[in-house]
Amino acid sequence: MEKFVSIERVGQTFDTKKGKFVALRDIDLQIRQGEFIALIGHSGCGKSTLLNLIAGLTRPTAGVLLCDGREIAGPGPERAVVFQNHSLLPWLTCFENIYLAVERVFGQKEGKPKLKARTQAAIELVGLGHAAHKYPHEISGGMKQRVGIARALSMEPKVLLMDEPFGALDALTRAKLQDELMKICEATRATVVMVTHDVDEAVLLSDRIVMMTNGPAATIGEILEVNLPRPRDRLTLAHDPAYIDCRAAVLEFLYEKQAHVEKIAA
Amino acid sequence: MNAITMSPGFAADPPVDRGEEPAAAAAVNAVKEKKMEQTLPPPPAGTPLGECLGQFARGILPPIVGLVLLIGIWHVATHRGGSIPAPSVVWDAAVALFSDPFYSNGPNDQGIGWNVLSSLQRVAIGFGFAALVGIPLGFMIGRFDFLSRMLNPIISLLRPVSPLAWLPIGLLVFKKADPAATYTIFICSIWPMIMNTAQGVQRVPQDYLNVARVLALSEWKIVTKILFPAVLPYMLTGIRLSIGTAWLVIVAAEMLTGGVGIGFWVWDEWNNLKVEHIIIAIFVIGIVGLILEQALILLARKLTKEAS
Repeated sequence: MEKFVSIERVGQTFDTKKGKFVALRDIDLQIRQGEFIALIGHSGCGKSTLLNLIAGLTRPTAGVLLCDGREIAGPGPERAVVFQNHSLLPWLTCFENIYLAVERVFGQKEGKPKLKARTQAAIELVGLGHAAHKYPHEISGGMKQRVGIARALSMEPKVLLMDEPFGALDALTRAKLQDELMKICEATRATVVMVTHDVDEAVLLSDRIVMMTNGPAATIGEILEVNLPRPRDRLTLAHDPAYIDCRAAVLEFLYEKQAHVEKIAA
Repeated sequence: MNAITMSPGFAADPPVDRGEEPAAAAAVNAVKEKKMEQTLPPPPAGTPLGECLGQFARGILPPIVGLVLLIGIWHVATHRGGSIPAPSVVWDAAVALFSDPFYSNGPNDQGIGWNVLSSLQRVAIGFGFAALVGIPLGFMIGRFDFLSRMLNPIISLLRPVSPLAWLPIGLLVFKKADPAATYTIFICSIWPMIMNTAQGVQRVPQDYLNVARVLALSEWKIVTKILFPAVLPYMLTGIRLSIGTAWLVIVAAEMLTGGVGIGFWVWDEWNNLKVEHIIIAIFVIGIVGLILEQALILLARKLTKEAS
């Protein structure tokens, strides 16, 4: 297996007032180019911590992370992040929010008209051409999240990192955006790591589901290969035995093998 | 006053689009509209009578009642004579004073307009320098933890000191009354601007800074595209507090330094025992302060609307 993103013996320890807190330990994961990975687990299991490590927003206290053969030493536009709460700058229009990213990545090689064309293309990719010159507070939550995705995609990242991107949305909008995301990934062959706590979302979207044990000192419990043909359609999949098996496997992991989450939290 | 003279005009207007409705239905509608008004923007001209009256009753009437009550109490308290002049006496003096606000008979006898303007000028200069120093300093304190730890004890020590305590130092350094007063304004204006700007920078949401980190933006882009817009509301609050304090302090500073200015004018009129002029000055100081405050609130609203 050709490794595009490689996570080797990674651990993360935080210094807190009560002493050392081990969030993650012994994480080993290889991700192929063009693969869609879902990180799933109970809340507090360190999914987002792992995503931040791949993003370079935090550095591991043990082990090493590689992307395209180079060590991840800090955040950078080649590993774009779609944040949980969209994180658009409220004083810039949707267009300007994306332009800021495009300008940063391509500004040194390309002229303004080309940068603007890229921005426009990104915003049309998520179907928001009509809202380009609106401010974030003028559009709905789903639209904001789409702008966040467009901003990340506009940078043509090597890896797209998504931290519960649809967590704050209603079920209908979420389904719509999941379908859009599948189409976009199909078209761009993007490598994606997505944090989620939604079992259906994980099975529908991903090639592999990385299931994490409960924290503290969380690690990878099981990895599930989702061998469903693409393009996938949520309605036909609902009755597909392979889909139902995958779903059952994830549920079993979460609610039987890792069910003691409340006891630990209490 | 305007509102009182206007209201009969509105009352004379026939309700629009109500010709065929029975009076009772119109009244019910008026009540409904009154309730809705709270969520709707102010109605355009030519709205039904009920709304106009409702808005008048809620918006303009209470302040007028308050003002009338104040003048009434003042009148009752002073109508038997005494050292405080009655409202009518003050009114006559004000009419005389404001009929020629810009006369000038030498440095110690100038119209009230000149006095207010020269006070405003001092505030503007002192405040301007304070903004030039305080806002960048606030940014740096907010951005660099070392600077913050280094300067915070000093700021905490100096901030509660009355600006007037700095006046002798100013007189000593500048050897002149005018720059000393301006310098006092500078000192009192600078603290709120430093504190609020620094606080604004420290409170920039981590999400925005994470965006900056993922995009690997340059420090210049971070300042112009993220920090400045995010800090602007805090900065404007600092500016508003500063202006308020500056206007409080200038009157006291001018009483001590003399020259031309509303504070000195109050002191001068006290020496002349023209108490009605002191009362006029109190109103003038209050009104100018109110205008400054409201102008900055308007500016803040306009800028933050553009920014958000």
